[in-house]
Amino acid sequence: MNKTDALIIGAGPTGLFTAHQLKLIGLDCEIVDNLDKIGGQCIELYPDKPIYDIPAVPECTGEELTNNLINQLKPFDIKIHLGERVDEVKKEENNWIVKTNNNSMFSTPNVIIAGGVGSFEPRKFPVKECEKFENKSIFYSIKDKKIFEGKTVTIFGGGDSALDWAVELSKNSKVNLVHRRDDFRGAQATVDMVHELAKAGKITLLTRYQMTAVKGENQLDEIEIKNDDNKIKQLKTDFALGFFGLIMQLGPIANWGLNIDKKTIEVDTEKFETNQKGIYAVGDICNYPGKLKLILSGFHEGALAARACFKLARPNEKYRFEFTTSSKTIKDRLGVKSD
Amino acid sequence: MAKITYITHDNKNHTIDVQNGLSVMEGAVQNDIPGIDADCGGGMACATCHVYVNEEWFDKIPTKEEGEEDMLDMAFEPKKNSRLSCQIIVTDELDGLVVNIPSKQV
Repeated sequence: MNKTDALIIGAGPTGLFTAHQLKLIGLDCEIVDNLDKIGGQCIELYPDKPIYDIPAVPECTGEELTNNLINQLKPFDIKIHLGERVDEVKKEENNWIVKTNNNSMFSTPNVIIAGGVGSFEPRKFPVKECEKFENKSIFYSIKDKKIFEGKTVTIFGGGDSALDWAVELSKNSKVNLVHRRDDFRGAQATVDMVHELAKAGKITLLTRYQMTAVKGENQLDEIEIKNDDNKIKQLKTDFALGFFGLIMQLGPIANWGLNIDKKTIEVDTEKFETNQKGIYAVGDICNYPGKLKLILSGFHEGALAARACFKLARPNEKYRFEFTTSSKTIKDRLGVKSD
Repeated sequence: MAKITYITHDNKNHTIDVQNGLSVMEGAVQNDIPGIDADCGGGMACATCHVYVNEEWFDKIPTKEEGEEDMLDMAFEPKKNSRLSCQIIVTDELDGLVVNIPSKQV
């Protein structure tokens, strides 16, 4: 069981800056994020796109913003648990007991949800019956490529993941690559390689097709695909892999007894606290009159939620507002010299 | 201003006056038309404001940017007449536009 003053769910810009605010005022915190990297939407959706409305930063990309926030946290020792999704939040006396899908447990008086639009999950095949084969013969990510050796693998998608795996698996498997249009959006070098492998007969390229049905008993046996002109093809296959990117889903947050409206959580604007004492929501996931989904709003919300956490984490102490420019205590925490 | 008809998956028509300059996505979200999630808020980054544009309108509206087609790869059941509604900006010329909302966005 990890004990901490505050647990932050989400390692996007808002979660990172909230951690900074907590550490500045002398509280401990840990961060959990379902993605395998730090940065949230900034890193997953628009790492290369420039952002123009961060105060005092005329222009920076999602990746640069993330890196700067990580740098800002350097003076502090903060545990970030990546690739873990918080599944359960339960009250036990004065603390919240938080459990992840990886069986990490936390005990904390404060939970700050900085979850953006929810957790990123792989986008799945629209065909309902695919669920039956999921993690047996249908996959959305690959952990062990050996299981495909000598088998027929049908890959769906047109981005880098689909193309990279088509090239890689074509070495030891029979590969079909199915995509809804002729153009691929992956790196040009990989696209060229796929076309070469297709010419050499190593990859069967099926463009303008999409999946319409799957067949099989316990294991996948055959899939049906249909093209733009309603031409139907049956493909014998042992495995189907879907690489359609990630979607954001509110997920387990919906079960924690919070007031949720249109995938956002209602909070007050003093503490950014939800209807549950000690659970806060900040950033894109919170909702209050006048809410703007801007990164700068997330920073403000995190700063106020952090102060609210102080009361529950240090019930016998009084919080004193201090400036980083003048406070010796804060400078000590930052490890910088006082004047 | 343009009258835009959103047909939801249950075949209900919702006809709304949408101001010029707003996107077709914003027209739906501001009027609580169900079925358009717009998770990323109009940044062409998520494919959850996916609509099918009525055939006769498809060629009349401004064409897709390259990034939109890339995002549509990830949409739920994309078709030839698929668009991201956040990328269709309303003008007087769009008066009468009809879009169908898919059964799901993800």
